[in-house]
Amino acid sequence: MTDPVTTEESHVTPQKPAGGVKATSERPKAKPAFDFEPKIRIENLSLYYGQTRALFDVDMSMPAGEITALIGPSGCGKSTLLRTLNRMNDIIPAVRVTGTVAIDDVDIYSKAVHVDLLRKRVGMVFQKPNPFPKSIFENVAFGLRIHGESNRNSIEETVEKSLQRAALWDEVKDRLRENAMSLSGGQQQRLCIARALAVGPEILLMDEPTSALDPRSTARIEDLLDELRSDYTIVIVTHNMQQASRVSDWTGFMYEGYLVEFGQTEKIFIAPEKKQTEDYITGRFG
Amino acid sequence: MSGHIFRELEKLKKKVLILGTRVEETLHDAVRSLENRDLELAQRVIDLDIEIDFMEVDIEEECLKVLALYQPVAADLRLIVAVLKINNDLERVGDIAVNIAERATFLGSRSPVTVEFDFRRMSEETENMLKLSLDALVNADVSMARQVCIADDIVDNINRKMYIQVQDAIRKHPEDLDAFIHILSISRHLERIADLATNIAEDVIYMAHGEIVRHRVEDYVHGAHPRQDKPA
Repeated sequence: MTDPVTTEESHVTPQKPAGGVKATSERPKAKPAFDFEPKIRIENLSLYYGQTRALFDVDMSMPAGEITALIGPSGCGKSTLLRTLNRMNDIIPAVRVTGTVAIDDVDIYSKAVHVDLLRKRVGMVFQKPNPFPKSIFENVAFGLRIHGESNRNSIEETVEKSLQRAALWDEVKDRLRENAMSLSGGQQQRLCIARALAVGPEILLMDEPTSALDPRSTARIEDLLDELRSDYTIVIVTHNMQQASRVSDWTGFMYEGYLVEFGQTEKIFIAPEKKQTEDYITGRFG
Repeated sequence: MSGHIFRELEKLKKKVLILGTRVEETLHDAVRSLENRDLELAQRVIDLDIEIDFMEVDIEEECLKVLALYQPVAADLRLIVAVLKINNDLERVGDIAVNIAERATFLGSRSPVTVEFDFRRMSEETENMLKLSLDALVNADVSMARQVCIADDIVDNINRKMYIQVQDAIRKHPEDLDAFIHILSISRHLERIADLATNIAEDVIYMAHGEIVRHRVEDYVHGAHPRQDKPA
């Protein structure tokens, strides 16, 4: 896949915001300084949809093998930020990115990075379960075939392992050839997670992965996140603050394109530093 | 989140303030009953303690209800946690006021004894600490809470002196041993109430700043740097 939008020049050279958007000096930025080796390092990241600036000089680091939650009101830029981590925004016309997003210290917006390989390393699960209208088996095998795997035994083994990791194997092992659309919503979402896991990602991005699910299915996904925690670096966008507090190790609060505060989840939910964070998570606005 | 939680929290704040006022009055009455040898007032303090007990249970139930129904976080969570603890401390102050009233009943029913006990100052300092800690709670005022923590040393010192003064008095008048022991107990009761007022002040600091200063309150009082962007 080619990168139709972002050039190396555009992301390394910070650009002034277009007229009418807020200057970066208007708000204090969250400046995290944490004692961990970041898997993902974001520096001075801004994103523009044409003339509209959606992210303002975001600085944050996400540790390996832990779960980072992004919270904030609708339109605050959390999904936009999430999509910068595997360059999903590239497919939107007129998107321009400045600043740095580095995974294992390699800038993913540099010309040397192949986007398809990047997305193999950085899997994504969306709000609405989106299985292909194919069999359960084929849904999970699809990514493997795309990335060139043709050995049937190897594919079968990986499909089983991925379904097991996604806590779905026991429910589908006798019906792998059935259409994935016959699964319940919660099962479909776990199938999508299995599909993402099959290609061996290091990072999983989840954009409100349980917002379309009932409480029981949500609990299963949350349990699954807990099981995956140590093997993957997970970034989850959620509107459900209880979910953020239950599942994540780190939380970033975003507002109007700014990262207002980033810190350990227990700190954010017990004694946040910023009043704006406190007002949001206690429901006083947003 | 709906506005219901804010209404519940306001209701809770009102209840704890009513309890606080009631406990302040009870302590004041207990001290007066001792000073004035007023046995009737002392008995009233003892009889009415049950009302404080019921208020404490009611507030605890309200806290549990808000925790269960609204899952509060951040400032709201800290408020509930602080109220749960302050509620308990206030009930204990009520119990100790009853203890003072019981001592007042004993001492008031026999001839007065003399001991160089600065009871007036100690009781005033203690009552002021309790009042200030409750004012700090009402206003979420950390500087008031710090003043309470500082004042605790004054009451501690009076209590320490009292121990020596009672020893001397017992040597001089061993026939009044029982009365002196009661007086010593009153000093310890007041010192304990001052400690509880300090606990309340520490909980106010936690509520306002999210910082647990218990066991290191000295450092906090003398070198604190409260967060700048939080409302006091």
